[in-house]
Amino acid sequence: METVTASETRDLRASLRRAERRRTLRGLGLALPLILFTLVFFVLPIAGMLVKAVQNGPMPDILPETSALLQQWRTGEERTVPDEAVFAAFAGELRAAAQNRTLPELATRLNFENAGYRSLLMATARRLPEAPDGTWRDTLAGLNPQWGEVAIWAALGRASPRLTDGYLLAALDHRRDDNDHIQATDPSRAVYVASLTRTLEISAVVTLICLVLAYPLAYRLATLPESTANLMMILVLLPFWTSLLVRTASWLVILQREGPLNQALQWLGLIDQPLQLVFNRPGVIIAMTHVLLPFMVLPIYSVMKGIPPNYMRAATSLGAPFFTAFRRVYFPLSLPGVTAGCLLVFILAIGYYITPLLIGGANDQMVSALIAFLTLQTLNWGLAAALGTVLLVITIILYFIYTRVVGTDGVKLG
Amino acid sequence: MKSTFGRLILAAGVTAGFSLLAGAASARDLTVVGWGGAAQAAQSKAMFEPFVKDTGTKLVQDSWNGGIGVLRTKAQGESTWDVVQVEADELVLGCEEGIYAQLDWGKLGNKDQYLPGMANECGVGTFVWSTALAYDKSKLGENGPKSWADFFDTQKFPGKRSLRRGPRQALEFALLADGVAPGDIYKQLATKEGVDRAFKKLDTIKKDIVWWEAGSQPVQLLQSGEVVMTSVYNGRIFAANNADKTNFAIAWPAGFIYQVDSWVILANSPNKDQAEEFLKFIQTPARQQEVANALAYGPTLKDSTGQIAPDVLPYLPTAPGVIEHGLAFDTPFWVDNIEALNERFNAWAAQ
Repeated sequence: METVTASETRDLRASLRRAERRRTLRGLGLALPLILFTLVFFVLPIAGMLVKAVQNGPMPDILPETSALLQQWRTGEERTVPDEAVFAAFAGELRAAAQNRTLPELATRLNFENAGYRSLLMATARRLPEAPDGTWRDTLAGLNPQWGEVAIWAALGRASPRLTDGYLLAALDHRRDDNDHIQATDPSRAVYVASLTRTLEISAVVTLICLVLAYPLAYRLATLPESTANLMMILVLLPFWTSLLVRTASWLVILQREGPLNQALQWLGLIDQPLQLVFNRPGVIIAMTHVLLPFMVLPIYSVMKGIPPNYMRAATSLGAPFFTAFRRVYFPLSLPGVTAGCLLVFILAIGYYITPLLIGGANDQMVSALIAFLTLQTLNWGLAAALGTVLLVITIILYFIYTRVVGTDGVKLG
Repeated sequence: MKSTFGRLILAAGVTAGFSLLAGAASARDLTVVGWGGAAQAAQSKAMFEPFVKDTGTKLVQDSWNGGIGVLRTKAQGESTWDVVQVEADELVLGCEEGIYAQLDWGKLGNKDQYLPGMANECGVGTFVWSTALAYDKSKLGENGPKSWADFFDTQKFPGKRSLRRGPRQALEFALLADGVAPGDIYKQLATKEGVDRAFKKLDTIKKDIVWWEAGSQPVQLLQSGEVVMTSVYNGRIFAANNADKTNFAIAWPAGFIYQVDSWVILANSPNKDQAEEFLKFIQTPARQQEVANALAYGPTLKDSTGQIAPDVLPYLPTAPGVIEHGLAFDTPFWVDNIEALNERFNAWAAQ
């Protein structure tokens, strides 16, 4: 037996640690591109979205004094028009903003609060006199009587703080009224909750149909001889190689009133009148199911491929009828694939918008269509980000419920 | 391996640095940005190429898909674009924001030569396009729809009809059909009663409307017989009748909504003189007519319809006897109200 001195042990430990560190560093180095990629293209944008959802906009920078004064405006009771100090500060800052061209940015922001605010602000700035004619209050109200109303100042007040809950409230069909109380949005304009529910509903139905279609198919694929399975696999993968837009357009052609499907059904005498299959919910669900089906087939197939056929044989040889063997042995083993497939399809479906946009009716739009509209057309990025945030939170909650019920590895159900 | 990677990074960095230097050192050629596709091809042939040939100025073409956000980015920092074709809402917003250069009409020529509203402080109108009522003449013959009231009459014209999804060019047509005079449409829409009235009218044919999204859809819908009539961009009907030998007709007297696309010069352009020279060169009746003959989008200059080919005239929103039925799209109104009315539209659609 060799004796090892304390210093040798230390050396050994140190060199071991060095080796370990080198390995960790090398591993980190290899993963670095991916980590950087994830950080830049995934973590940062999502963080940016979360921040945008509560960031109020440019008002505190463009009209600093007005926004400071309006934040002290009394709340909790019936508000009246603010006093002359606010009017005077506002008039001065409005002129400055018009001169250094920051006004349009503010006008766009305020237009999200009250439609028409943009024009009101731009027109007022154009006609604003150097000095008040009497009080600033009378001067502004003389330019446009709206400046004498609480509503217009309340909107300015809502835009005053640096942070706001306004966008998140709007995404949930609520708003702060002129007295700063939270209220439900008028039903004639409440669209976001309905659209979120619709998105989840369509996604759930599509996921379910995909599962029903994909499970037997994957089972067949996994049990067929290699050559036949490969051929069928190509058929499953074929849609992957075609552009989404092309596939959507083909469904439009197939499903339309005088399209091949309706003609075939009429020729077979199954229907007298052409069915309305497109520009409505069934059309959206058919087309989305087709597009997303491979994402369900592949994970289930790859899991089933790994289940040794002996297990089923063993169960049957021990006297279990086929369905019992399937239910007790095969199905629980295939569950991880089902879990992964459902998750993948559902999450992809939530973000869909081109297919519903082209194939759906007016009432089949997913929330992403609204987000795209707000981002590209009205530049209301705050509300767009808030909708994205709400969608993200709902998805995370659903994910946790889902993993609780199904289990992360999918076998707990069995 | 690590050092190879490092060298690669270094090489990439040096290359990027050089190209930046090169870009900064050479004076940039005049860069003209259109909307690509058939429109820019026609403009290139009728306007850009003759300009290069006659003046010897170098010209670079680029294309874009619109969006005021893009122009805001371009206006900051070093300029890469000079002359850009913009839609009406981008014209209004960008002009207010000072993204565009103020035009010197003394250099550009006579402002009076333009049709009303097509020349202003920031933009030169280049062509007029419109959303109009169209139907398939081979199916309806001479008994096609004559008015927007016909569009809403499912007794007289059974079948589906199609409108662009969203409030724009749906509420206006609903009010026209309800008997509001064209001049009062936007006054009505500015009031809650007017908006209610428009949605009430849309209610009457709600289940018969197919909503289109992309400009190519209404033509396809007419072609397949999915709808009996539709709102559509006039240029699309012209293109379909030419390419697919369809027999679609536009019911101009029913009323239509027209919009103007304009050229603007970006405020930070270093080639402002060249850009003005360019605009003066291309904006002539003859060149506008050549573009119109290819696209059926109307010229903005008065007296520009004389040389338009007879087979293009029926599709032209600015043709004599046609433009009188047109309603100018009220851009400031829609910039102010689009978000609120879009919410209202979606809420209505969900009912």
